[in-house]
Amino acid sequence: MATRGKKAAERVKLLMDKTERIRNIGIIAHIDHGKTTLTDNLLAGAGIISKELAGEQLFTDFYYLEQERGITIFAANVSMVYHHKDEDYLINLIDTPGHVDFGGDVTRALRAVDGAVVVVDAVEGAMPQTETVLRQAMKENVKPVLFINKVDRMINELRVDAREMQTRLARIIDKVNKLIQGMNKEKYKEWKLDAAKGNVAFGSALYNWAISVPTMQSTGIGFKEVYEYCTAGNMKELAEKCPAYVAVLDMVTEHLPNPLDAQKYRLPVIWHGDINSKIGQSMINCDPNGEVAFMVTSISVDPHAGEVATGRLFSGSIEKGKELFVSGLYKKNRVQQVSIYMGQERVEVERVPAGNIAALVGVKDAIVGSTLSSVEMVPFESIKHYSEPVVTVAVEAKSTKDLPRLIEVLRKIAKEDPMVRVEINEETGEHLVSGMGELHLEIITNRINHDENIPIIVSPPIVVYRETVQEHAGPVEGKSPNRHNKFYFEVEPLDPAIVDKIKAEELTVGKDRVVLRDKLMEAGMNKEEAKNVVDIIEGNVLIDMTKGIQYLRETMELIQEGFRDVMTKGPLAREKCRGVKVKLVDVKLHEDSIHRGPAQVIPAVRNALLGAMLLAKATFLEPMVEVFISIPQNLFGNVTRELQSRRGQILDMQTEGEMISVRAEAPVAEMFGFAGDIRSATEGRALWSTEFVGFKPIPQALFVEKVLEVRKRKGLKPEMPKPGDFLS
Amino acid sequence: MLTFVGLGLYDPKDITLKGLEAVRTADVVYAEFYTSPTGARTIANLEATYGRRILPLEREDLEERAEDGILRQAKSKNVVLLSGGDAMIATTHVDLRLRAMDMGIKTRIVHASSISTAAAGLCGLQSYKFGKSATVSPPYGGVISSVPYDTVRDNRARGLHTLLYLDIGMRIAYALELLESVERERGEEVLKHSLMVGIARAGSDSPVVKADYMAELKRYDFGDPPHVLIVTGELHFMERDALRKIAKAPVIPAGR
Ligand SMILES: Nc1nc2c(ncn2[C@@H]2O[C@H](COP(=O)(O)OP(=O)(O)OP(=O)(O)O)[C@@H](O)[C@H]2O)c(=O)[nH]1
Ligand SMILES: [Mg+2]
Repeated sequence: MATRGKKAAERVKLLMDKTERIRNIGIIAHIDHGKTTLTDNLLAGAGIISKELAGEQLFTDFYYLEQERGITIFAANVSMVYHHKDEDYLINLIDTPGHVDFGGDVTRALRAVDGAVVVVDAVEGAMPQTETVLRQAMKENVKPVLFINKVDRMINELRVDAREMQTRLARIIDKVNKLIQGMNKEKYKEWKLDAAKGNVAFGSALYNWAISVPTMQSTGIGFKEVYEYCTAGNMKELAEKCPAYVAVLDMVTEHLPNPLDAQKYRLPVIWHGDINSKIGQSMINCDPNGEVAFMVTSISVDPHAGEVATGRLFSGSIEKGKELFVSGLYKKNRVQQVSIYMGQERVEVERVPAGNIAALVGVKDAIVGSTLSSVEMVPFESIKHYSEPVVTVAVEAKSTKDLPRLIEVLRKIAKEDPMVRVEINEETGEHLVSGMGELHLEIITNRINHDENIPIIVSPPIVVYRETVQEHAGPVEGKSPNRHNKFYFEVEPLDPAIVDKIKAEELTVGKDRVVLRDKLMEAGMNKEEAKNVVDIIEGNVLIDMTKGIQYLRETMELIQEGFRDVMTKGPLAREKCRGVKVKLVDVKLHEDSIHRGPAQVIPAVRNALLGAMLLAKATFLEPMVEVFISIPQNLFGNVTRELQSRRGQILDMQTEGEMISVRAEAPVAEMFGFAGDIRSATEGRALWSTEFVGFKPIPQALFVEKVLEVRKRKGLKPEMPKPGDFLS
Repeated sequence: MLTFVGLGLYDPKDITLKGLEAVRTADVVYAEFYTSPTGARTIANLEATYGRRILPLEREDLEERAEDGILRQAKSKNVVLLSGGDAMIATTHVDLRLRAMDMGIKTRIVHASSISTAAAGLCGLQSYKFGKSATVSPPYGGVISSVPYDTVRDNRARGLHTLLYLDIGMRIAYALELLESVERERGEEVLKHSLMVGIARAGSDSPVVKADYMAELKRYDFGDPPHVLIVTGELHFMERDALRKIAKAPVIPAGR
């Protein structure tokens, strides 16, 4: 970035203290809608990259695989200065990835920012991932503005006329507004998108132009003129008159909040400590002189500096040498370096004040999600991502000399990317790596092979299942090994509406039992059960239906342990359970606690539950995706064939001119290799994306085969388990 | 046939002559050490003293695998099961005996002395004045069982002494800490004002017996386990005298 970048960095430093002139923003969208291309435009506007290359350089896609494949893999931070109405503004921007496999990055980026530019492709409109990222933004109280991109395609490819163009654009705004309204009625009143208000812009990031109602007023170029420039093939002149960065950054500075305003209403959502405490007030006021409160939203490894923790500073100032507590560890780390981002380069600064996004070197014990603070404090709410790692590969070093280094690298990867689960097996040397999807795992294994230079063998991908029950069973008796204690359980399916609620609201059994009871009742659980829920894990509940049993309170912790053990390792193949309702209906306890310790209670509960689940017709749930495909009509047959061979079901179809868009549902297990196959089946003309939609029962015909497959893989007896294996 | 043989209190020599005969004439000899403290016994010194090979059993061998192991053997052979204290002191033994009977196996018991009577004897308390006993077990998941505390409280309400067994290896100071935390949680003062007796290594050549109140007893050095603890109830004047002379009790206020 040479001198141009250096100069920009100097201006950034000057602005960090002027909190009201800071905008922390994320660029979010469905895959390929043009986030990185738009980011290029903004960077060119700020003088960080050359105007000629804007839209083609894809500056924030600096990892070689991103350039090679034309998709964003890692969220990228970059700071820039924008001059607007006689004032300089500091824009701290994060360009996020659109592919679902990297959705975790978007979720985390949204914690660091206060506003989001939602990019929507004018031709495709709001897509499923648009909705997902928007929902995540609303959940974090991050304010959205809208940029409708690729308007050139609407004119030059769809060949709509000027009026039709405006109708379609209005329809997109309506659609996005409906989504916002559905997600948060209150905020919608304030944040409604309205072209007349100026919080919507239209343009073409690739051809570097954009307009909004405010720019129309200053330039006199409106939809009619735009239409004419486009059809005349003269977008270059249009870009000179109406540069994209002006319309978008004007919108950002005018309509997205500064940290001072944003932290006031964001804090209660992202931090559940006492707002009136000293640190609470300091964060509410974004006070640079208060104690430090920083949340780590990403960790990366820099070849020179080592681990770099990036995140948002909500209060205080951080300078080199500062000692910070790492949440959950009661231990301090010393900051060795403080910096801000300029594209792939970090620029070291003296100090960063509250309200900024900063990168820290030296906080070795921090992980993604850690709270770093100068005094001990209630940590920030954890950042939960809506979907989970459901695809797994086994990796193995080709050469034994690499064994230790492979483990080290896997641990490093797991630390950097919270969406990766790594199970190290030092005995066999075959380690399991779970990720969000095929692409995610491909990037990881490629990184091990090439970037880290460890040749590995990678197994074909496999999916993880969930175990559940289909019927009611019980009461089933579980006897402790010493025969002095007996536990009676009933199990049955938990209503899917309740499972969804538990998952969506991350319900757990905490201090406030009444709130939990009411929430469960809202989802349809009856009162008697709802008030007696004693444990929730992985979308399964344990309910204590007993009354007045002496010393049960002393034993409940152990019963829960047995319950959790089974819910994380089910009876069929030790996969996690989901949607199981367990009711404790009677207990006979030995009075003396020595006879009802862990070695007695846990196996009694475990065996009873494992047996009961099998009696209740335990089955597998498999992970499912929705697949969205848009193709020319004549290729429709090829696409249905491709879907059918993958147990896919078409849910919805819509035709639009030449094109037909299909929404289907298919098991993740069958979607491996889809990218290549759909490309060849449609001569590369299909536009498609997938989205994780949860778990569904596996077809009966595949049940035994899949259970045995998993059992074999895990080294369990290759036989179907029977209730008698656990019950006497 | 299955013969339950008690090993007595502390070392290999605490077995009875009858017990020793049973060991010497048995086809197989097992020992289990998990229901009561081992004291100064090890498999090696038992083998050396009795001149027999002795096979140790784990909890699972008795609780879960008895039918396929020790009980199956006892159908055709003379099997002895050794355990610390009296032969039938733990519920596990009763349970095993019932299961043996279900399988048509003849059973026999050779008793030996047990801490439940020795404790009273060692400090001079009268055994008929004891109420229910309980075991102090280590907390699990932060939950401390309130059973021992409740037992003491109920016994004291009726003027009775309480013998508290301590989990294997547990020391008196730790047991008192656990009891005290239950008392604190309840906001009561039952233990605080009770005279207690701590006993270490009953049956050995150097048993320690010391009576005092909780605060002092917690600091007293009893040496190695096994330890037991007695919380006294109402004291007969003879008992009071005995505690003063044998257990070095402080001056006991009248009426206690
Ligand atoms: N015609 C046209 N194409 C565009 C426009 N903006 C972006 N594109 C093209 O759309 C494709 C995707 O653009 P990117 O900027 O990589 O999209 P993205 O949203 O960053 O993609 P991911 O980060 O992978 O989700 C590229 O081929 C761009 O050239 C536009 O305004 N008009
Ligand atoms: Mg991108």
